[in-house]
Amino acid sequence: MRHSMSRLSISALFLSALLSGSALAAPRTDIIVGMALEPPHLDPTAGAAAAIDEVTYANLFEGLTRINAKGEVVPGLAESWEISPDGLTYTFKLRAGVKFHDGADFTADDVKFSIERAMAADSTNAQKALFDGITSVEVVDAATAKITLSRPIGLLLYNLGWGDAVMVDPASAATNKEKPVGTGPFKFAGWAKGSAITLDKNPAYWGTPAALDKAEFRIIADPAAATAAMLSGDVHAFANFPAPEAVPQFQADPRFAVVIGQTEGETILSTNNKKPPFDNIKVRQAIAHTLDRQAVIDGAMFGQGTPIFTHFPPFNPAYVDLSGVYPRDLDKAKALLAEAGFPDGFKATIKLPPPTYARRGGEIIAAQLREIGIDLEIIPVEWAQWLEQVFTNKDYDLTIVSHTEPNDIGIYGRKDYYFQYASEAFDAVMAKLDVTADPAARATLLGEAQTIITNDAVNGFIFQLAQTGIRDAKIEGMWADAPIQAIDLTAVRWTE
Amino acid sequence: MAMLDPAREAAPDPGVWRRALANRSFLIGLILSIAILLAGALSFFWTPYGISGVNVAARLQAPSAAHWFGTDHFGRDILSMIMVGARNSIAVALVAVGIGMLAGVPLGLWAAARGGWLDAVVMRGNDVVFAFPALLSAVMITAVFGPGAVNAIIAIGIFNVPVFARVARAGAMALWPRDYILAARAAGKGKGRITREHILPNIMHLLIVQGTIQFSLGILAEAGLSYLGLGAQPPAPSWGRMLAEAQTMMALGPHTALFPGLAIIIAVLGFNLMGDGLRDVLDPKLKAAR
Repeated sequence: MRHSMSRLSISALFLSALLSGSALAAPRTDIIVGMALEPPHLDPTAGAAAAIDEVTYANLFEGLTRINAKGEVVPGLAESWEISPDGLTYTFKLRAGVKFHDGADFTADDVKFSIERAMAADSTNAQKALFDGITSVEVVDAATAKITLSRPIGLLLYNLGWGDAVMVDPASAATNKEKPVGTGPFKFAGWAKGSAITLDKNPAYWGTPAALDKAEFRIIADPAAATAAMLSGDVHAFANFPAPEAVPQFQADPRFAVVIGQTEGETILSTNNKKPPFDNIKVRQAIAHTLDRQAVIDGAMFGQGTPIFTHFPPFNPAYVDLSGVYPRDLDKAKALLAEAGFPDGFKATIKLPPPTYARRGGEIIAAQLREIGIDLEIIPVEWAQWLEQVFTNKDYDLTIVSHTEPNDIGIYGRKDYYFQYASEAFDAVMAKLDVTADPAARATLLGEAQTIITNDAVNGFIFQLAQTGIRDAKIEGMWADAPIQAIDLTAVRWTE
Repeated sequence: MAMLDPAREAAPDPGVWRRALANRSFLIGLILSIAILLAGALSFFWTPYGISGVNVAARLQAPSAAHWFGTDHFGRDILSMIMVGARNSIAVALVAVGIGMLAGVPLGLWAAARGGWLDAVVMRGNDVVFAFPALLSAVMITAVFGPGAVNAIIAIGIFNVPVFARVARAGAMALWPRDYILAARAAGKGKGRITREHILPNIMHLLIVQGTIQFSLGILAEAGLSYLGLGAQPPAPSWGRMLAEAQTMMALGPHTALFPGLAIIIAVLGFNLMGDGLRDVLDPKLKAAR
């Protein structure tokens, strides 16, 4: 009996060797991508959560234009466009043969519907400002759509490439939150809440078909579990790995490839500019003089990240170096606090959402601010609480969050935004920027805007979030940087 | 035995300390417990380093002469954090046991003295609380009322109430039929007075043993809650949270998990052994039965 058992196991071994041999011949066509946060729903036109776009952008939904891995605007569902000489009319030529996942044709009517829906008064679009200045969307014929503007908008083509501006079908728009129907190379297959979202290849895709047959986004909130899942091969890739301290371990392991790229995520110590004592610019300047950015980057992110001194990514050509405005100077900071009427400091709270950069960064910043007498009570909050208490109700003193939207300096002009900041000088610059198309002039204006918010010390600007991509070394085609919120799987494939 | 004078039954046995120290579990438990208590007490006056400062340059240093237990991911001295963390653990466990005793013992004594429907109501109420796994319910309480050391104390304390109610009731029920209690009743003492003067002193040893064991469970529960982020909040150090934070640092510095883990083990083991030993010493019948 024992003898026959061992013979059986030997033949089983042989068989499995054969099978793995055949697997080598044809690369795998499935992937499991880990993500730390679960999207609240899957309609990118109706929510601000980055996780929605990460799952859906380019994979499920497409817009007229699209942002590629380098952050450039490339044609999407519009194969070309013409801009009138006055810059007020954009005529989009749509691609032929594009179908939604439910079989409906994509036509100019869908363009009109999608944009008007996003702009409507009752729209739940989180980035309605993207569509400011659009006066009408006309259907010229089934394959041509015309957008008319009230003023030239230099960024229109870029804006239309956002996840919030994707094309949806009138028949399925209402149910996209639970059952998204788009035009992308993947279609929605299933969502096990709290665990995973699965996508299948769309066989009827109009463009280059995806190399993968199946893709799964697996939600792993715990950094330690994420490390274990990667090491054991349960998960094949993380677009942005949540445990920076584990990166050296992956870098040393030939099974994995680690790519540390850039994101549009300005990680900032958001400050409630209307709440005393933070309404006093001297208090905010004292905080700015106290921040030791490199200590936060090293301590919280294990060295991954670039210090910033304004709300703008350092790799952007329009970035201005404002590191000299508020250098770390504790004596100056204490003097400013004393001038503001707090010679002995004061007590305040800091609400920290779950990501590592916030929870760990918050402890370090609290320790730094203690050096000038500001005693922060640390209040950890979940994302839902953060969105409600901090972002919506503005019930906070300080918080730490990474603003991962691209070109988002305009939020400093929003009066109802949670910073509660208002500056006429800033608004004037933004108004000029709005009607400026010349790149050099735009860069100058953006520089002025950066300088204003830095001088006003609106928030504590800490660091630009890095994109810590970790993947199985046999996978290629993932984005190195994150110029927009996306985990684009359209070009991802296994090499063996 | 049945006619023993209550005063004599309650009086401290002069041999109890000698017998206790001869009991190996008690002795080991006592030494470990004292070590933890001393570490916590010492931290009020002195720690090797301050624990509020962050020194990123010195992070994740292995144990050395300068930092006996090494440093954590913020460069804080782990020995100092464990000492202050001991304070936190002891305080939470102590107050939680206090809540359990102050509420549970009178309830149990009252139920035993009155009997009948009142006894049934109180004890079934206890059963209801008992039916929920204690730690799970503590998680629920802190999730509803918010994380923090105070809510952790309350959550752990609530689940100590039925434990002490049961011990007190069982002890009291065994005493009520005793002849000296009957004598006291015949002398006209009321139930309340008998409970105070005769029952309580004679079940004290049971309560002390149970208190020691609940104390060690309290330390464990506090560590569990703060591991989940529901206990003491940063920057106040807590063993459980140190362990949680060390979890992803294991590859870089195993010592960050080792020492808080050891501290929890020593504290829980120490108080448990001490309770076990005390029971053997104070309650010889139980020992014989085992």
